[in-house]
Amino acid sequence: MTLALFIEQLLNGIQLGMTLFLMAAGLTLIFGVMGLINLAHGSLFMIGAFVCAWVGSTTGSFWLGLMAGGLAAAATGIAMEVTIIRRLYAREHLDQVLATFALILIFSEGTRWIFGDRPLWLDIPDALAGTVELPGGIVYPLYRIAIIAIGLGLALGLQWLITKTRLGMQIRAGETDREMITALGVDIAWLYTLVFALGAALAGIAGGLVGALQSVQIGMGEPVLIIAFVVIVIGGIGSIKGALIGALLVGTVDTMGRVLLPSVFRLMTDPATANAVGAALASTSIYILMAVVLIFRPKGLFANNG
Amino acid sequence: MVKAMANIDRDTIVNAMIIALLVSLPAIAWWLGEIYYLNLASRVVILAIAGVGLNLALGLGGMVSFGHAAFFGLGGYALGMNVSTALEGAAVVTWPIAISGSASFLVCFLVALIAAGCVAAIVGVLSLRTSGVYFIMITLAFAQMIYYLAVAIPAYGGEDGLPIYERSRLPIGDLSDPATFFVLCLVFLGLSLAVFRQISRSHFGAALRMARINEKRLATSGIEPIPIKLTAFVISALITATAGMLFADLNGFVGPSMLSWKMSGEIMIFVILGGIGRLMGPVIGATAFVLLETFIGGVTDRWGLFLGLALLSVVLFAKGGLIGLLTGHDRHD
Repeated sequence: MTLALFIEQLLNGIQLGMTLFLMAAGLTLIFGVMGLINLAHGSLFMIGAFVCAWVGSTTGSFWLGLMAGGLAAAATGIAMEVTIIRRLYAREHLDQVLATFALILIFSEGTRWIFGDRPLWLDIPDALAGTVELPGGIVYPLYRIAIIAIGLGLALGLQWLITKTRLGMQIRAGETDREMITALGVDIAWLYTLVFALGAALAGIAGGLVGALQSVQIGMGEPVLIIAFVVIVIGGIGSIKGALIGALLVGTVDTMGRVLLPSVFRLMTDPATANAVGAALASTSIYILMAVVLIFRPKGLFANNG
Repeated sequence: MVKAMANIDRDTIVNAMIIALLVSLPAIAWWLGEIYYLNLASRVVILAIAGVGLNLALGLGGMVSFGHAAFFGLGGYALGMNVSTALEGAAVVTWPIAISGSASFLVCFLVALIAAGCVAAIVGVLSLRTSGVYFIMITLAFAQMIYYLAVAIPAYGGEDGLPIYERSRLPIGDLSDPATFFVLCLVFLGLSLAVFRQISRSHFGAALRMARINEKRLATSGIEPIPIKLTAFVISALITATAGMLFADLNGFVGPSMLSWKMSGEIMIFVILGGIGRLMGPVIGATAFVLLETFIGGVTDRWGLFLGLALLSVVLFAKGGLIGLLTGHDRHD
């Protein structure tokens, strides 16, 4: 494998990692602050993608679509939190898993009802449709670079929000001691709704961004959801930093595994077997990574609670 | 005391009624020649077995496994691989030694138990190092790992799955006869319920319950919680694998969908919908689930919506599950 191909795949891995981070950040924030496992986070991702594709194709503007996708996911998140999710905070994880599993079924059918069975397609915006030449003569799609940049920007923004603002202070206080922060006069119910909406918006934006790379269809959120869970378990549930590092790790391992493993096995055996074994191992590589991390650190790399 | 007596009686009556319905309704279907309903009953019974398996880990041991589809699927693949290679006269294993496939039900049963037992022991040892939400996620991740392995290996049918053209064979009785097959499923349900009941009444069961309620207290009384939980996890996987094997035999097909995380979720639904930790809970849960699926699914394609709403209301409002509603009380411990 040439160096150029290696760097290209590395960039693909980082791009995947950035989309995973947008999902994982919301999941980990919601778990860290409210102690809730939200399986329906993948549905918010799907809603973001559908609304982005629909608004994007109606108005002709991808950016308007992306904004609408994020807002729609946030609005759905608020509606969900106020009607159902807040009844689950005090419940066992088992109840949370089942109730949010039920929400997945409801959202999938609901989306099918509104948008139909056929997948939607979302075009990459014209301004980002080309490629860029990186140093070393590597030609790489501009849109994927943009995803990395947007992901990085949102990660920095989130970091700023959590560490530097008054709201972030309340969120961190809510993670540590929810009774104390209530006693200090912070409206905890409102704070919870806001955190949930924030996580939902990030998932919706991730859905819109990914929607231009693949078809927008029912059930698209579930594979991403499960990988995002792997990310936060590796990173340590509740930690934003852990989510970022876990996401980059998982994105890179997954992408590189798919490229490297078959070629490694080709050195040892015939190409057909090598491809089959390599592909099989590659698709399990992130789960093996997770198992190894948990064997040495049962609470993930950057556990701060949970 | 009097109230407790009355409740025990009501439990027994409800359980007896469930068993009576489970035997009599399919018998009527068979008598009327309604093969479709007889097969539907087999489906209910098989899924109930899967639920009884999970109920052992989840209900008694408090281990929220979100990966039981792995064992369900392993059972299915053990039968599928064996029977389909036997029909072709091919080897089911070529490395390190060649073993030809077998269409015998008993051989498949043994292979399913060994496969699921080994995998459950490994998954259990690693997963039980963690607890709470990490346990949920790691069991889910291991199941996903096996799912992707099955998808990636073409010899196992890959993404399309593996058709099984004939039922497996027993020395007595012809399993391609729907009534015989139903009776076989019923026997296995009876066995798994007996195992559950025996365990829950034994010292081991008491220790397992204590491991769920308070691990530290169990450890203080001189019993290590991890081996207790691991044993229960493996037995639970064996029961669920048996169900998976029967499921593949019933459908004449095994595919990655049996290993998918939605399957894990469904098995969990049987347990919760019926009543967690209750002997007959998974039986009622699986029955309600399949009936909802079949009858709402027959009227509208949107059955997922109704299942979702039903499930949501059970989780939010009915804490003891359906069996809690029928017997009028939540679980004892």
